Amino acid sequence: MKIRKLFAAVLALCCMVSMFSFAAAETTITIGVIGPMTGGAAVYGSAVARGAQIAVDEINAQNTGIKIVLDVQDDEHDPEKAVNAYGAVLDNGAQMILGTVTTGPCLTVSALAFEERIFMLTPSASATGVTEGKDNVFQVCFTDPGQGIAAADMIAAMMPDAKVGIIFNNADAYSTGIKDAFVVRADEVGLNIVATSSFAADNNTDFSVQIAACKDAGADLIFLPIYYTPASLILAQCKNIAYAPTFFGVDGMDGILTLEGFDKSLAEGVMLLTPFAASSQDEKTQAFVTAYVAAYNEEPNQFAADAYDGVYALYEACKLAGIDGNTSPEEACELLIAQFPTLQINGLTGQLSWAPTGEVTKVPTVYVIKDGAYAMVEVAK
Amino acid sequence: MISLLSHLLNGLSLGSVYAIIALGYTMVYGIAKMLNFAHGDVIMIGAYISFCVVFYLELPPVLALIIAMAVCMVLGIVIERLAYKPLRQAPSLSVLITAIGVSYLLQNSAQLIWGANTKAFPKMFTLPDANLFGGNVHIANNTISMLDGRLNVSGNTVLTIITCVVIMVALTLFINKTKMGKAMRGVSEDKGAAELMGINVNLTISVTFAIGSALAAVAGILLCSTYPTLLPTTGAMPGIKAFTAAVFGGIGSIPGAMVGGILLGIIETLGKAYVSAELGDAFVFAVLIIVLLFKPTGLLGKKIHEKV
Repeated sequence: MKIRKLFAAVLALCCMVSMFSFAAAETTITIGVIGPMTGGAAVYGSAVARGAQIAVDEINAQNTGIKIVLDVQDDEHDPEKAVNAYGAVLDNGAQMILGTVTTGPCLTVSALAFEERIFMLTPSASATGVTEGKDNVFQVCFTDPGQGIAAADMIAAMMPDAKVGIIFNNADAYSTGIKDAFVVRADEVGLNIVATSSFAADNNTDFSVQIAACKDAGADLIFLPIYYTPASLILAQCKNIAYAPTFFGVDGMDGILTLEGFDKSLAEGVMLLTPFAASSQDEKTQAFVTAYVAAYNEEPNQFAADAYDGVYALYEACKLAGIDGNTSPEEACELLIAQFPTLQINGLTGQLSWAPTGEVTKVPTVYVIKDGAYAMVEVAK
Repeated sequence: MISLLSHLLNGLSLGSVYAIIALGYTMVYGIAKMLNFAHGDVIMIGAYISFCVVFYLELPPVLALIIAMAVCMVLGIVIERLAYKPLRQAPSLSVLITAIGVSYLLQNSAQLIWGANTKAFPKMFTLPDANLFGGNVHIANNTISMLDGRLNVSGNTVLTIITCVVIMVALTLFINKTKMGKAMRGVSEDKGAAELMGINVNLTISVTFAIGSALAAVAGILLCSTYPTLLPTTGAMPGIKAFTAAVFGGIGSIPGAMVGGILLGIIETLGKAYVSAELGDAFVFAVLIIVLLFKPTGLLGKKIHEKV
């Protein structure tokens, strides 16, 4: 800690010297990015780093007097390594953190950042525990319960008479968080849940029993608050027994069309609730997708979009709060905490605003998969 | 009633895959007297090879089956020669640990070659559309529909069960009727005596590994056709469950592996359906513990009398 403070002091001194010598109006803000860049969850971390970099390049090209530098550190989706990465970004002069990407490490790092007063904006860690009781941690993504509530509202608006079956992953906090909120909300809006079935392992492959439970109960809509890998198996196994209900997924379903070797006709008619879709015709989204594909030769997913919005939110907040390269992380933290609840960001993932608790408010969009691509569904409110 | 029937069929299909994998375990154990824990990962390699042949090279599925079997056969022989043969005289614990090492080597190599992202396994074999039994059974889109459409079964289920039976019959004939089969039985009974009788023990063990690994490729394709995702860890859990099946049926016994595999699949599916969907794996391993407690030789296993 002492070394870090000393380092910060030297850095601040250097900055001051450079300010005097150039006397320029330009200032550079350093944002630490922490997420899994290697290992099993690398697909999420690298998307965040890439999406954030696209936003940074755009901002730096505008020459507004504020330049942004990212310091990206790998946590391998491991809480211990995330703490090391957290130390590394601060040692490298980060004034605030965009991260961490995955929930488990984020719970550890956010507790530490709360004590040390470092501002954190997580693009994608969606558990409520990430922000709970911490005034300095904000989210770009929906919370898990938020998604469950939104899904129940959407289904009630589109198919009020649906007989709903649910298949969820009981071993996963994300899945159970969405499912619990969905069940409560479904009861409030008068949805009829006829079957709830679960599985308990991330590598589960045989869903015949869970599907049979829904089928026998006469479900004509299956709600799948799970990731796309198990969802793809459920779609295939339903088809095998000629059972064709409507499938309704949440943001974890995003990515199913990019699964290598996946028979896209299986996903025909699948509905999903996600704040971002790369195929959207929205001008902002198209510009982002084009830049991303040009730079990385792959389509951006929701994590990239959330990170992009996160960088813009931090940039706007810094501009409004008058944070520059000389602001210490602790000072920046208090300024950002005061600034964030007043922000209005028109981002890729919708119109974003924040509650002082750190939770984001934005309107999710319902998409239906049609001819192997997302098509937007208009929902009458 | 209908749902019980469809659970039974699903269990039978899952059990048939376990049975084919268990055949590999039991043959190697019966003849080489070692537990090849890398067997589950050979399944995964077989599935990846067939995925590549169908998806990247766009060749017909039959060719994928043949190529996958050939590659796995070679892989099995190479693993045996490099990892297990030098340990033929070593204590069995050393061989066991080596097998676990080979298992991790295969998983991590697959992750290096094909990446950690899930792949969706393409459809390989489908049943032709047909009307059977005077229109009582319809086959359309690889789904078999019976009892006025109240019972629907995947074509993969039937294909798996049929393949399993064919393999068992062929293997039993091979072991009992051919010269190589006789050599295998000889090596199984007494390695030293078999060698004195002029049986090439090393060749016999290599052939055992080759057959076991080729069966693993078949099992890999059947497993991934029924549950169409593919990961470097795809073979791990089915491998361990098939080992349980082999112990359940009596390790070393070929009909035992069949019976054990099928019973285990049915127990798992029924347990999931009627007791708890989340405890499916627990039932499988509870069976292993019960069998080891009450009948350590398994259902069809032979009692071994140690002579002093």
